[in-house]
Amino acid sequence: MPSASSASVVVQRPGSPEQGAEALGAAAREGQRVRIVGGGTKLGWGNQVAQADLELRTEGLSRLVEHNEGDLTAVVEAGMGLAEAQEAFAAAGQMLSLDPPDPGGATVGGLVATGDSGPMRHRYGAARDLVLGVTAALPDGRLAHAGGRVIKNVAGYDLAKLMCASYGTLGVIVEVVLRLHPRPAATASVGAPVATADELATGAAALARAPLELLSLDVAWHEGRGAVLARAAGSAALDAAQAAGRVLLEAGLEAELHEDDEALWEEQRAGQRAGAGVRDDGERGSGYDDAKRGSGSNDGEGGSAPVNGERGDGGEAVVRISGRPDQLAEVASVADEHGARVVGRAALGLFWLTLPAGDPAATLAAIGALRGRLSPSPCVVLDAPEAVRASLDPWGVGEGAELALGRRLKARFDPQGTCNPGLFVGGM
Amino acid sequence: MDGSLAPAESADSASALGGEPAAGTGDGRPELSPADADRLVAGMRRICGEDAVITHPHDLRTYESDGLLHYRATPRLAVLPRTSEEVQGVLRLCHELGVPWVARGSGSGLSGGALPVEDGVLVVLSQMRRVLEVDLDNHRVVVEPGVTNVQVSQAVAPDFFYPPDPSSQIVCSIGGNVAENSGGAHCFKYGFTTNYVTGLEVVLSDGEVVQLGGHELDRPGYDLLGAFVGSEGTLGVATRITLRVLPKPEATKTFVAFFETTTAAGETVSDIVSAGVVPGAIEMMDSLAIECSEQMAHAGYPLDAGAVLLVELDGPRAECDARFDEVVAICERHGGRDLRVARDEAERELLWKTRKAAFPAMGRLSPHYFVQDGVIPRTRLPDVLDRIRGLSDQYGMQVANVFHAGDGNLHPLVCYDGKKEGEAQRAEELSALILEACLDAGGSITGEHGVGVDKKRHMPKQFSECDLDAFQRLRCAFDPAGLANPGKLMPTPRLCGEVPGPYREHPLEKAGLAERF
Repeated sequence: MPSASSASVVVQRPGSPEQGAEALGAAAREGQRVRIVGGGTKLGWGNQVAQADLELRTEGLSRLVEHNEGDLTAVVEAGMGLAEAQEAFAAAGQMLSLDPPDPGGATVGGLVATGDSGPMRHRYGAARDLVLGVTAALPDGRLAHAGGRVIKNVAGYDLAKLMCASYGTLGVIVEVVLRLHPRPAATASVGAPVATADELATGAAALARAPLELLSLDVAWHEGRGAVLARAAGSAALDAAQAAGRVLLEAGLEAELHEDDEALWEEQRAGQRAGAGVRDDGERGSGYDDAKRGSGSNDGEGGSAPVNGERGDGGEAVVRISGRPDQLAEVASVADEHGARVVGRAALGLFWLTLPAGDPAATLAAIGALRGRLSPSPCVVLDAPEAVRASLDPWGVGEGAELALGRRLKARFDPQGTCNPGLFVGGM
Repeated sequence: MDGSLAPAESADSASALGGEPAAGTGDGRPELSPADADRLVAGMRRICGEDAVITHPHDLRTYESDGLLHYRATPRLAVLPRTSEEVQGVLRLCHELGVPWVARGSGSGLSGGALPVEDGVLVVLSQMRRVLEVDLDNHRVVVEPGVTNVQVSQAVAPDFFYPPDPSSQIVCSIGGNVAENSGGAHCFKYGFTTNYVTGLEVVLSDGEVVQLGGHELDRPGYDLLGAFVGSEGTLGVATRITLRVLPKPEATKTFVAFFETTTAAGETVSDIVSAGVVPGAIEMMDSLAIECSEQMAHAGYPLDAGAVLLVELDGPRAECDARFDEVVAICERHGGRDLRVARDEAERELLWKTRKAAFPAMGRLSPHYFVQDGVIPRTRLPDVLDRIRGLSDQYGMQVANVFHAGDGNLHPLVCYDGKKEGEAQRAEELSALILEACLDAGGSITGEHGVGVDKKRHMPKQFSECDLDAFQRLRCAFDPAGLANPGKLMPTPRLCGEVPGPYREHPLEKAGLAERF
C-alpha cells in the first residue's frame, strides 16, 4: 500500500513484478514523476532532479526465483540484495561475476540499472555481458521480457542490454536472468609497487598483452606512488600469479606475491567510491601499501559508512573515466596535479579518480581541467558533494547524433517522462 | 522496371488498399511511380558509379537468396557502395523515395536475414573491406563491414585474435556478424560478437550518421550499441566497426572422446562445466552425424559410437595441462573411450574438419535437409534429445544432431527428399516441433542464426504481444519509416506511430493489413 514519507512524496513497495507494472502504469496515467529506488547506495549518481511524486522501491521484489545450478543461471528479482544473491550462489560453489563496490545493501537491480562493475570485469565483463534476460515494467503498465534464460540466444532485439546502465529511465527493471560462473578454487595476486607514472603504464601494458587469463588487472595510484596488481584464479592460481610476476619483472618491475589477497581487491573496489580512503582516525590511506598491511582481513578498508547513498557528503568527488589503456600515464599525471587517488582496470581503460575534499569551486575546476585533458574520453562524476553536483553536468556528454537517438528511444519507451525523469544523460 | 515479379500475395494486399494499381513491394507499400523508379536508378548511379549499380535480372540472380536457399526474392536493384558516404547517399535516396532496402554482407546467413525485398534496394557491402586501424596498445581494431571474420584475426596476428568464429568465418563478413550477433564454436568461453563490439559508425535509414560507442567502454548514455548488435539489419547499416581483440592463448589442447550414448556425452559436458572448467569449445555429434562426417573427412572415427565430444582447452599452458587431466578423468568416468588428442596443428585441424564436415556431408546422406538452431538449458539435453528421437520416429525422417554442447545450442538436421510430394512440408513441421521442444525446455528458437524470415513466425511462441511491442519501440526509434529490412524479425508488419501525438489511422491499418504499435 502507498504510504506518505517525510515530504509529500508517496512511497510504494510492489510485492510482485505485476504490482510494479500496475503502480508504474497508474503513475504514468496521472502524469506523475516516479523515482525508482533499490538499495539506495547510488542515489547521488546522475543529474540532480526535482523531487518525484512517487518513489517506487524494489525491496518487496527480493526473491531468488530460480537458481539453475547445473545450467549456471539464475532468475533474480531486482530488489534482491547483491550480497544475499552472492551468498545463495556461493552455497552451490557459484558466483555472479560482478564485484562492484557495495557499501552495504546494493541490489541486483540497482547494479544492473547503473551498470556498475568491479575488478572482475577484466575477465567476465560488465552487467551487460552477464544479464541474459530482463523483465521490465513499462510506463504503459505492462511487463515486457527480453532475452531469455539460456546463455546463447539471438531471438529478438537485445533489450536487456538497453536496460543495463539506463538508470531506470526506460522502465523499472523488476527481474533479471543472470549467467553465473563457478567460484574459483583459489586466487592469488601479485602487486608491483611503482614510483613513476611511466612504470605504472609499462607494467600494466605488459600484463595486458600477456596471455595470462587473469581474473583482474588493476592499477592504484596516489601522489606519485602506486602499484600494478594482477589476480589469478583457478586451480593453478599460484602458478599463474607467479607467471604474472615474471611478466612484470621482464618489464623491469619487482612484484610481491599475495596468496591471501582479498583485502587488496576490497581496497580496489572501495577506491571507486568516495570516502574509501579515509580511515576511522580521519587519516587518508595510501591504497596498495595500506591494503598490504590489512591483508587477510577487510579492516584495511576503513571507509566511512554510506549515508543513504550520498557518498559525496564527505567532500570527495569520484570521476569515472571511460578511457583507453594507453591513457593511464596521462590519468596518473592529471591525478597528481589535483591530489587525486586513482584505481582502474588497466586493460579496459576504465579509471576512477577521487578528488580530495575541498572547496567546491576547486573541485569543479579540477573536474573541468581533467575533462579538458582527457577529452574526448567521457569523464562522469559519480559521488560528489551537494555543492559540486548542483553546479555541473555529471555526465559531461554534449548534444549530438547519439544523444538525439537516445532521446528518440526515451520518447518511445517513456513518452511522458515518468521514469526517473531528468536523471540521465542530457536530462533524459 | 527490371522485370522483377510481384508475388501474388503482395499484389493482392496492395490492391486491397483501394484505387492503387497492383504493386510489388513485399509489405503492401504503394508501388514506385515510373518516374521515381528512374530517379532511383539514376541517383544510385550518380552516388556510387555506373558499375556499382546492378539492375539486370540475370545479374540480380546472384543476390536473390542468402545462405538459406529456399527463400528467394529479386530486388529492384543491387548497389555496391565503397564508402560510408556512398552508403549515406544510398539510404538518403531510398528515404526520399520511400523505397525499402536490405543490407547484405557475404550472404552466408542462415535465416534469410539478407533476403531482398521485392522491388526494394539491396545494399551490398562486400566492397567495403578495408582494415582501417590496428591499435594493439588498446586491444582494438577498426574495420569496414565487408571485411571477413577471419581477416580480423589475421590483422592482429600473431599476438592477438578475434574470438567469435562462426563456422563460415572464411567468407562471412564482420558487418553480417554484427547484424546477427554471430557466435561460433568458441563462444561458450569467449562470448559473442556483442561482447567484442565497442564502437560503430551507423548510417540510419534516413541517411543520418551516428557514432555509437567508440574505443572506450561505458560511454554514458543508452547502450544503443548493445541494441544494434544482433538487430538483423533492421536499425541501420554499420559502416565502421570497432572491435576488441584478445591476446592469443598460450596453449591449446584439442581432443575427441567417444561415448555409448548422447546422454553419457551430455552428462560429461555438465560435469566438466560444474567442475569449473571453461573449455574454449565443447562440440557434440550423435551417431548419424558421426557416420556422415566420417564419409567425408575419413578421420577414422568408430562408427558404433553413440556420440562424440570434441573438447578444446585453451589458455595458459600450466592451466591447460592441469585441466586436461581433470577433463579426461571426467570423460572416462562416463565411459568415454578411444580418446584422441591432437598432437599438432594438422591433427587439430582434422578433428575440427570432421566436426565441420557434418553439414556438407549430410548432403550425401539426404538430398535435402533443414538445419535448426534451437537453444536449451544444457541440463535438459537428455530430455530434449529423447523428444527429438520420438519426433523423428513419428515422422519417419532421420534427424542428425550436431551441438555446441557447452551453451546448449542444438543444430538438428532434418533430412528429407524434396522430390517426394509433401516431404518438404513435413520436414518443416518436424523442424517446428523441435523448436517447440526447445521452448518448452526453457530455451530459444535461435542461438546464432537469427530470426530473419525463417523463424519470424515462431517469435510469438517465445515472446508475448507486449514483448513484441517493446521490440517495436526500439525499431521505431531508429527507423520510424520502416524502410530497413522490412518483413524480417517481427512476426507481423507493424507501423510506427508518431510519438507523442494524436492517434491517426494509417491507410494500411484501415485496410486491416497492419496493426499499429
